[in-house]
Amino acid sequence: MKLKTVLLSTGAAMALAPAAIAQDMADSMTLVSWGGAYQASQVNAYATPYQEMHPDISMTWDESSPEAVAKLRAQNEAGNIAWDLVDVVAADAIRLCDEGLAMEVDHDELLAPAPDGTPASEDFGDLIVSDCYIPQIVYSTTLAYRNNVEDWNGTPETVCALFDTENFPGTRTLERRPINNLEWALYCDGVAKEDIYDVLETPEGQDRAFAKLDTIKDQTIWWSAAAEPPQLLADGEAVLGSSYNGRWFSAIEEQDQPISMLWDMQVFDLDGWIIPEGLSEERLARVKDFVYFATDTQRLADQAKWISYGPARESSAPLVSTHADLGIEMGPHMPTDPDNASNTLLYNYEWWADYRDDLDSRFQSWLAQ
Amino acid sequence: MTDAAADAPIPKPDAGDRARPERQEPLVAADGRPLKKSLQRSLRRQKLRAFGLVAPLLLFVLVTFIAPIADMLFRSVENQIVSETLPNTTAALVGWDASGEDLPDDAAFAALSYDLAAAVEQRAHTRLGSRLNYETTGISSAFRRSGRGIDDVGEIYLDQFVALDPVWEDSGFWARMIGAEGWAHPAPFAPSAQAQGLLPETAAAYTAFARAMQIRNDDDPAAEEPWAPVYLALQRDLSAADAGDVSAWTGPGAEQLEAAHAAVGGFESVPVRDLIADVDDAWLEHDVWATIKTFSPPYTPGYFLTSVDLKLSPEGAIVAQDDYQRIHVLLFQRTLFMSLVIMGCTILLGYPIAYLISNMPMRTANLLLILVLLPFWTSLLVRTSAWKVLLQQQGVINDTLVWIGLVADDARLTMINNQFGTIVAMTHILLPFMILPLYSVMKTIPPSYVRAAKSLGATNWTAFWRVYFPQSVPGIGAGCILVFILSIGYYITPELVGGTTGTFISNRIAFHISSSLNWGLAAALGTILLVVVLVLYWLYDRIVGIDNVSLG
Repeated sequence: MKLKTVLLSTGAAMALAPAAIAQDMADSMTLVSWGGAYQASQVNAYATPYQEMHPDISMTWDESSPEAVAKLRAQNEAGNIAWDLVDVVAADAIRLCDEGLAMEVDHDELLAPAPDGTPASEDFGDLIVSDCYIPQIVYSTTLAYRNNVEDWNGTPETVCALFDTENFPGTRTLERRPINNLEWALYCDGVAKEDIYDVLETPEGQDRAFAKLDTIKDQTIWWSAAAEPPQLLADGEAVLGSSYNGRWFSAIEEQDQPISMLWDMQVFDLDGWIIPEGLSEERLARVKDFVYFATDTQRLADQAKWISYGPARESSAPLVSTHADLGIEMGPHMPTDPDNASNTLLYNYEWWADYRDDLDSRFQSWLAQ
Repeated sequence: MTDAAADAPIPKPDAGDRARPERQEPLVAADGRPLKKSLQRSLRRQKLRAFGLVAPLLLFVLVTFIAPIADMLFRSVENQIVSETLPNTTAALVGWDASGEDLPDDAAFAALSYDLAAAVEQRAHTRLGSRLNYETTGISSAFRRSGRGIDDVGEIYLDQFVALDPVWEDSGFWARMIGAEGWAHPAPFAPSAQAQGLLPETAAAYTAFARAMQIRNDDDPAAEEPWAPVYLALQRDLSAADAGDVSAWTGPGAEQLEAAHAAVGGFESVPVRDLIADVDDAWLEHDVWATIKTFSPPYTPGYFLTSVDLKLSPEGAIVAQDDYQRIHVLLFQRTLFMSLVIMGCTILLGYPIAYLISNMPMRTANLLLILVLLPFWTSLLVRTSAWKVLLQQQGVINDTLVWIGLVADDARLTMINNQFGTIVAMTHILLPFMILPLYSVMKTIPPSYVRAAKSLGATNWTAFWRVYFPQSVPGIGAGCILVFILSIGYYITPELVGGTTGTFISNRIAFHISSSLNWGLAAALGTILLVVVLVLYWLYDRIVGIDNVSLG
């Protein structure tokens, strides 16, 4: 009992005096992200400035985000949490939170308010899709096409160009999973945007979506890594396809490929941090200190200097400036830019949590046959 | 191991036999002991020493190889999550017939609220939801949605009990009434026998509550107010109890129970089913309950059935998977077929090369061997991507063919993202595994045999086929086993160049491990793959004989 009282009172004292915690922070962190240009933008925008402020901190990056849920589950089962901060997409954050693998956070307490004093929870708004989630950026899965195909009849204006093989013949490239593809198929089969998930819930609706995809199945290369579509389009292997908007940006602006964006019916998604459940106090203190810094208004806006993903804070949007190397204005390349976001789809996380298993096995079996 | 070989005689089983002739003359050893005993002792010492030398390796293999495989085998049938998360519900469903039309009785609905409230507190409900969602679509969200309202089920009774006597709100009172005598917080909560006898559901519901408090936050249940489902349980127990039995209650709560028993008949009540349906109407669906019932045993054949495109229907019968979801049998067949083709290709390409190298002067042979090994040392991803550059439609090979005029520009060959691409890339990658054993076996075939055959009048072909080839068969055997077993589990290359028709079963396993988190199914698929390999190995042994395999 005595020990407990001591612990409790120290805990209370620490809560009252945040400065006191600073002395008990771990001096190393393991951050998990996706590698590539995205991770580089995080290093440039958050980690390097943070390390300049705290030169004695060592930061290790692990490029394990694609398998983060599985690996966190394994670490949790083994009782050894090796990661301090993990970058995941919203659907994974919801799953990690559901399974108790991610820590629930109080956004207003953990995160910096906007410069005008707006609390963080309002600044992030609806993008906080889970109690464990600290969003960083909004990205989208969207189409792009080669803009020098000779036998095309016009230029693609809508997402339905995917299925218009008469006017836009050539190989397509789409992600090897049902999400997004089924929505686009139904939309182009004449289903109104707001009814897509209601229709997809019925067996007839699913048949309809697959029948629509059937029309381009043989002309499609199904990718599993988002780096593939820009390469396929650049090589002329495919003429039209989907990938993340940041990937297209780097192919178009940084590598000068003859590719154009097609923002119609882009599907928004989020990327952000979760803190694994079960960190020791020193590690948690360090992570909190870092997250407070790395998700403030200026840092999120800075990230857009290196990658064309929109900052998740409303207050960051006006601060988005020019690309660090190319010097071009980044605003018009953001998925959230009004010109780009005239027709968008927000994917339904809860719906997919239910139907993912079922539709995925159906999709894979459809592909294999 | 090489140290062991140098220091100690290799403990071959026949080592003793060989030693015997030397000592056979005297029947008594030098120290006067009977020879047999002396021999046994020295043999035992040898064996122990040999074992000691092998022990680190054995331990290593056990820990890093056997244990994970055993764990994987176990996961493919393990299903304790259902009965652990919903202990009262699964118990209440025992008598229910899942193949009928009716929903389970009220006891099951009530039990669900006790279990689910505790599961929500421990955040286990969504995990169970995703587990059951593998079997019946929609359960995942039913559990998630229910998580939000389940601890309000029974609030109507909570209010009425508290209105009757505020003591029902007293957390310490509850703990004293239900808890076993002498129980105090850090020990896991246990209900008294009396409570279990008279108030079985209340005891179960309160125990679920108390344990959840203790496990989740290390809170003392005696300091926490029970959640509403406990009051639902109390209402159900008291409505069912006899006045006589209630008055026989001894210990804390006797008076209050008696008063509550007298009043409970007059309580405003709502059918349990409606209370649960208010939380989420999925609970009025027969399939949801049937799925819970079917998957309530701690071990399930479900994952294995799914692996072979069958399934347990919610009613518990084994039925074929829906047409449009069948995929695993096809992938198993494809994996086996393509592995055989790849094995055949490596023999066709590898045999002449190995023959060439083994019959060359040492210097040239070494150079060629390095050329064989060089790609072997290059990253797998680099080699696979290189094949993409070569084989794609705008790639080197197609460009060359178009330039020569063999292929029209608008009819370029599709050589990648299909089976052909996988076979080409994997044959290239696995070729060294065929060439090296072949080479080392061919190296040991004396050239004089072929010369002798020819001098006795054999043609070149006969000399090769009747004399040389049979001696190289052990190398082919070793190469085949290596290539086949490696390719059957290949994953990266088919994923990158396989497209839709060139993927293997291992791609599905990887998907279920890292994306869908259906580890049970991944384990079942992996187990089947393991069994297939072992069966093929056994067949090979029966047909060719495993003694015929040589790595050199």
